[in-house]
Amino acid sequence: MHHVIIGAGPAGVVAAESLRKADSSAKITILGKESEPPYSRMAIPYKLKGKIEEEGMYLRHDPEHFKALDIDVRQCNVDKINPESKTLELSDGSQQSYDKLLIATGATPLTPPVEGMELPGVHKSWTMDDMRGIESLATKGAKVVQIGAGFIACTNMEGIVARGVDLTIVEMEDRMVPRMMDEIAGNMIKDWCISQGVNVLTNGMVTSIKESTNSASRYQVTVKQKGASSVAEPVAEEKEGGGFFGAIKKALFGGEPEVVAARASEEITLDADLVIVATGVRANIGFLEGTGISVDQGILINERMETSVADIYAAGDCAQGKDFSTGEQEVHAIQPVAVEHGRFAAQNMLGRSVENPGSLNMNVLDAVGLISCSYGLWMGVEGGDSVKVVEKDLWRYLNLQFDGDVLVGTTAIGVAQHMGAMRGLIQMRANLGEWKAILMEEPARIMEAYLALTQSAVIK
Amino acid sequence: MQKSLVIDADKCTGCLQCEMACSVHAEGVFNPSKSRIKTFPFHDEGIFVPYTCTQCDEAWCLHACPVEAIQLNRETGAKEVINDLCVGCKVCTISCPFGTINYNADSGKVIKCDLCGGDPECAKACPTSAITYVDANWTGYDKMKQYAAKAIPGQPAS
Amino acid sequence: MSWTKKVLRVNLTEGTCKEEPLNMEWVEQFLGQRGLATKYLVEEMDPAVDALSPENKMIFITGPLTGTMASTGGRYSVVTKSPLTGGLACSNSGGFFGNEMKNAGWDMVIVEGKSAAPVYLNIQNEKAELLSAEGYWGKSAWETEEGLKAQHQDPLLRVATIGVSGEKGVLYAAIINDLHRAAGRSGVGTVMGSKNLKAITIRGTKGVGNIKDPARFFQATQEAKQVLAENPVTGEGLPALGTQVLMNVINEVGGMPTRNWQDSVFEGAGKISGEAMLEVRESDGKANLTRNGGCFACTIACGRISTIDPEHFTVKDKPEYQIASGGLEYEASWALGCDTGVDDLDALTYANFLCNEQGMDPISLGSTIASAMELYEMGVISKEDTGGIELNFGSAEAMVAVCELVGKGEGFGAIIGQGSKRMCEKYGHPELSMTSRGQEFPAYDGRAIQGIGLGYATSNRGGCHLRGYTIASEVLGVPIKTDPADADGKADLLIAFQNATAAFDSAGICIFTSFAWTLENVAPQLDAACEGDWTPERLEELGERVYNLERQFNYAAGQSGADDTLPDRLTKEAIKQGPMKGQVSQLAKMLPEYYAARGWNADGTIPQETKDRLGL
Repeated sequence: MHHVIIGAGPAGVVAAESLRKADSSAKITILGKESEPPYSRMAIPYKLKGKIEEEGMYLRHDPEHFKALDIDVRQCNVDKINPESKTLELSDGSQQSYDKLLIATGATPLTPPVEGMELPGVHKSWTMDDMRGIESLATKGAKVVQIGAGFIACTNMEGIVARGVDLTIVEMEDRMVPRMMDEIAGNMIKDWCISQGVNVLTNGMVTSIKESTNSASRYQVTVKQKGASSVAEPVAEEKEGGGFFGAIKKALFGGEPEVVAARASEEITLDADLVIVATGVRANIGFLEGTGISVDQGILINERMETSVADIYAAGDCAQGKDFSTGEQEVHAIQPVAVEHGRFAAQNMLGRSVENPGSLNMNVLDAVGLISCSYGLWMGVEGGDSVKVVEKDLWRYLNLQFDGDVLVGTTAIGVAQHMGAMRGLIQMRANLGEWKAILMEEPARIMEAYLALTQSAVIK
Repeated sequence: MQKSLVIDADKCTGCLQCEMACSVHAEGVFNPSKSRIKTFPFHDEGIFVPYTCTQCDEAWCLHACPVEAIQLNRETGAKEVINDLCVGCKVCTISCPFGTINYNADSGKVIKCDLCGGDPECAKACPTSAITYVDANWTGYDKMKQYAAKAIPGQPAS
Repeated sequence: MSWTKKVLRVNLTEGTCKEEPLNMEWVEQFLGQRGLATKYLVEEMDPAVDALSPENKMIFITGPLTGTMASTGGRYSVVTKSPLTGGLACSNSGGFFGNEMKNAGWDMVIVEGKSAAPVYLNIQNEKAELLSAEGYWGKSAWETEEGLKAQHQDPLLRVATIGVSGEKGVLYAAIINDLHRAAGRSGVGTVMGSKNLKAITIRGTKGVGNIKDPARFFQATQEAKQVLAENPVTGEGLPALGTQVLMNVINEVGGMPTRNWQDSVFEGAGKISGEAMLEVRESDGKANLTRNGGCFACTIACGRISTIDPEHFTVKDKPEYQIASGGLEYEASWALGCDTGVDDLDALTYANFLCNEQGMDPISLGSTIASAMELYEMGVISKEDTGGIELNFGSAEAMVAVCELVGKGEGFGAIIGQGSKRMCEKYGHPELSMTSRGQEFPAYDGRAIQGIGLGYATSNRGGCHLRGYTIASEVLGVPIKTDPADADGKADLLIAFQNATAAFDSAGICIFTSFAWTLENVAPQLDAACEGDWTPERLEELGERVYNLERQFNYAAGQSGADDTLPDRLTKEAIKQGPMKGQVSQLAKMLPEYYAARGWNADGTIPQETKDRLGL
């Protein structure tokens, strides 16, 4: 049996290791695009920050790790898959046959259609090469413009800021991390970043990057911005809890959101020595055209991680598998899901039918020191109750979303302890019973609710 | 036979000696907020629940770590944070469905129970034997583990 | 050095919170908590000020062992001028508030002035601020703690607060932390209320470090814990039965003050004892005792968490009281029970809940009700006075009804809320007030147990067992057994206890450890934690210094040797029945011996040479 895995990221590596654990004799090959040993993109900000060396980014630290497991890791690009003949066409012209194939090709950052993207001081923030490029230019005092304030952009921010640069973030949406944080959270993170000396332009679209005409910087970045300035709107207490506590909280946190008058777009020019492009990623699925493998945003897979073509599986950022919360097929381009996918894929490639109950959407973000996370259906469900507590002065926010008396999603900022229990509660699909009313009043007691439900044998 | 921390909440008085023993051992300071074991009071029921990592077989934290900074100690069965490798990305803290691995902003690393290398300080400090370190096949602990495993659906063996 | 060396000074009049360094010279002399706060108060404030005026100051203070692993090292004291006694108030509480203060980076908080409107002090590590407490004024301690935790969205917030009684000027209002731990005596909650300070909230995450010799400290605290575990009182009696272990013991000695000290044996003691708290009741198949609750770092865990029989008349249609909460301590059980003749365990537990809920000292409350009951049975107080309550000894209904009224400071409760001394004076019978310096006696008959009687007379905070607990020796035989009925040698015994207690109280540990520990066990822990050499001898001297300083404060506040006295009932009315029948307190014999042994003048004043010897 020959298992071939395309992609040397976490999904591919974990799948290979899981295969080896269960089958000592199978042939296992990983085909990776990049020249480095398998490494984690998650670790890029920490390398930029100077917290670790490049070796610290490696997925496996023992240089003999893959050799010891008899996993063949090769650097090459796969041009084409021929499902009929169960072969791959590689970029060096050779062919590679397989019995079972796992596609774990990950994703590629998007290139916005903006003039100047090809300039040498413009870098993505994705690969080891990108990182080295950023490192060389993000020197103390350098003017840096980062396009995008999504998850990757925000995570990177810490590493870049730590290098002592003058950073401006330009985001098209009205807040930071718009796809994993609601309006309140996204704006709180924005305010935090501003308070930490980062210049943030939301509702801004970069229209061009040009060689500078002055000596102040290398490039000039033109931004078209709708209305709002770099000061966020105040967030409002939206907690529904009434009664005694409710009245107190209202008195304390009350206030109506300020309506920001719509202003005409204006054009801003920013100086930049380095432009970082972090405007999202898309699954690496282009090379599958003509194979018959069904794709949407990513490769469509069922609960057994199977694609629409026999003996071909997919996992990780390139895969569009079952979402825990909705049951729909979604792309969750996050580390824990990549690992889960890799493990499920391996089991099924081994011929054991093991179904993935669905991957939970989750994210954790450290935006220059402000820690936030979101889980599941953080945006809520129709007809579901929710509770939000905003403590702007303390940089804290907690939002719980319920479906009936089941917790289905959360957003949290500044909650340092026991964040994982939110996952536990969501994934157990536990009926909260009396605890729902308590959480609607005091969402911060979520850990108690978790314990009451999981340790009920000792508590009652 | 590996040993496990066994927690009997019925015997706990909520004195937090465990939290201090843990924090002073791990951080060199008496600081319950840095403890790997936490005791939760349920006032109206009159019960205190000490709670920490069960070193679960699923090892969510270990698998979620992108840089192999959480490793199995084969002697004790503990999943240990290797400080030199931890970059502080916090993915483990949201992956662990038990909420028992936390980020320590002071060190920039995550912290979790490591069974003190096989001689847990919390068990030694507990004045009422609510926390003991005994053979892992003890039933109560197994039940807690099984419950935990059942509670969170689906994670195949690695 | 385990002090944080930081003091938070809060001026309520000006609305300011300022940091200042701890006076380390005073630390050398007075260590912490009780001693150090007294020193600060003496130096900063004229003891003659009106206790309920803005000029009075309040000090919330930890000790050097607070917040460490030393057993019971979680305590704090509140030191101020008492509105009940007019002398020094120093009330000590366990729970989790003291360690939180230390973890937030503060050794002590000095509160001055008076706020124009209700406020609470919110401390989050180094940040301290005064916030409006308008929404909490008129709320109980329980509602306030729950409300503040919800408002701050922090289940781990530690709260010390007053209930309604403290707002209404009940003179023995307590400060409640962690729902049912109390800085209970001498009206420290009343002072807080007079300042419009409803509560203090603290969250501290900085930790307690800087231990001088961590390895030696760990060793010393371990050994000391072992001593507690192996001692029959701290290792068996207190964990099994709490302080209620004493109920049957003291009753058997014949030293159980009953029905306002008219009797000295209570026939119903067995029904309200620690043993009774373990009995399974029929209604719900549960015992009164739900669990032992430990204070921070306590390896004894004498604290009782109790539930009341849900069928009992006190809670029947009140689900808010059908919960587990702070159960009966011996003193509360005695004051609310034996002293009022009530032998209904659930009624006492309910009254105890009320004391926690509204912040009242159960000793003063129960004792004042007891003297009112005597006045009622004499016909001095009528049903019109009580608002219809038939205030007979033994009536659980009456006892509970009065407790409810005092908690809210309403009707007859406002009169009972003035304490036994003022209440008895009001009705023309000051001799029926079982108090010294205006504070109600606790649960040991000074006629039957001579040393404790002398202790009541000479206690710097008035009627109190916790300034020199000679019961340990006279009844329990710790460290040596002395005859309770014999007055010989009691002056020296009491002084040894008073001095040692002042040292224990200044270190930041619980006095209950002294059933097993002597200063020989405390000194190594302090010495490993703190700079300077801390020997048992130095601690003993420090204790003596503290005791004398407190007396100096009281003299400056207007007290004198004439206050070192007991009511006639103790010195002239002999015990009527039981093993101690015929006994009176031999105060007249013991007091001169006590003065002499203290190195005081015959009138009770402190001569200069004694002051010099102690560095005062």
